[in-house]
Amino acid sequence: MCLAVPAKVLELRDDDMALVDISGTQREISLMVLDGDAAPGDYVLIHVGYAIEKIDEEEAQRTLELFAQMEEFNAPAPEGEDPFA
Amino acid sequence: MSLLASFRDSARAKPILERIRARRGGPVSIMEFCGGHTVAIFRSGIRSVMPERVRMLSGPGCPVCVTSNADLDRAAALAKLPGVILATYGDMLKVPGSHESLAEVKAQGYPVEVVYSTLDALKLAAAHPDREIVFFGIGFETTAPAAAAAVLQAEAKKLRNFSLCSVMKLTIPGAKALLSMGEVNVDGVIGPGHVASIIGADAWRFLPEEYGIPVAISGFEPLDLLAATDAILGMIDDGAPDLVNTYSRIVKPEGNRKAWGAVERVFELRGASWRGFGDIPASGLALREEFAAFDADRRFPLDIPPSEEHPACRCGEVLRGVAEPTDCTAFGAACTPEHPLGPCMVSSEGSCAAYYHYKRQAV
Ligand code: SF4
Repeated sequence: MCLAVPAKVLELRDDDMALVDISGTQREISLMVLDGDAAPGDYVLIHVGYAIEKIDEEEAQRTLELFAQMEEFNAPAPEGEDPFA
Repeated sequence: MSLLASFRDSARAKPILERIRARRGGPVSIMEFCGGHTVAIFRSGIRSVMPERVRMLSGPGCPVCVTSNADLDRAAALAKLPGVILATYGDMLKVPGSHESLAEVKAQGYPVEVVYSTLDALKLAAAHPDREIVFFGIGFETTAPAAAAAVLQAEAKKLRNFSLCSVMKLTIPGAKALLSMGEVNVDGVIGPGHVASIIGADAWRFLPEEYGIPVAISGFEPLDLLAATDAILGMIDDGAPDLVNTYSRIVKPEGNRKAWGAVERVFELRGASWRGFGDIPASGLALREEFAAFDADRRFPLDIPPSEEHPACRCGEVLRGVAEPTDCTAFGAACTPEHPLGPCMVSSEGSCAAYYHYKRQAV
């Protein structure tokens, strides 16, 4: 039920709507609950017709590198620090 | 390979799995609180490649499954009210209530419409001004913003023939109820990634802080789940429970404030009835008085006879992690995805369905 799929924003439309591409299929979705702006070319995560988050590509890249190393990743993060920073 | 597909790359998974296997320590139970994780774990065969010391458990993370029969009966009764069109997500259609599923209600000729989004329910309301569109809204924190947004849009567009029957629930009170019951031993938790995208990774800090249980917020690809499991095992073995966010490409510590703000604007907390748990205080979302015009509970009060459970179905125990689907005598016999006796076999995220589809599959 909490399934959410990545989509590429193609076009912004009226009423906080956007046309997106979800693995080859175009669909109109709402940006109403997305925190911040989305622009064509951005990747967003769609859940039941609403974009709920932008996908942070840099963070995805960093995560992959961390998964490959894993050592520091398992050390508890120091106070107030993001373990992925 | 695209960046996102890399999270499915088995070559990248291997070293993580080796790390997991190289860890030495006593037996541990790790629970996932998300139906999406249940399916992903089964589909990728993660359960069967875990070392013997690691037991993976499924919790009450499927919103379809935890919906009580009383609420399902109410949805069926709403669909039968003259002038009403009941709209709901497809996941709900085949779930048997006390006597019938919404699919059976529809087969009797009552209007039940499956929609992909609340946006489609609003379109139905605009297209049928002479009918009442009642949206039967289930879901956890991930799905609640879509319901809140629909109510706000209905208000803005003055769609007076749209209302919401909210049976939405919050995962944290559910998780706390399960842990407080003490029936099942949980040493670590795979935190629900999309719930956390809305309420924030930090909302799950209560697990290490109040219960001493390590938690890793996880995405839904095999790599995410393996990395989360490894992080949890590391914290268990070090005796240092904490929160780790392995899904930071989506989940922020504070979540999506705008989405949760919409939920808080439209809803207030109330007790909710969960299958397998009964009433859990302050675990449900009810429309605020201010939005009474869009509240199906206020607009269509119904007298529903007490609900009944199928005597064979052990969904409640499955949802509490105390029984495996295969402990149920009906599993795969009287109860199959084609003829489900309980919601855990209907929902694609239900544990019984996941067992049925993937258990016998080789890794
Ligand atoms: S196998 Fe069917 S009857 Fe048994 S617990 Fe699962 S859903 Fe219920």
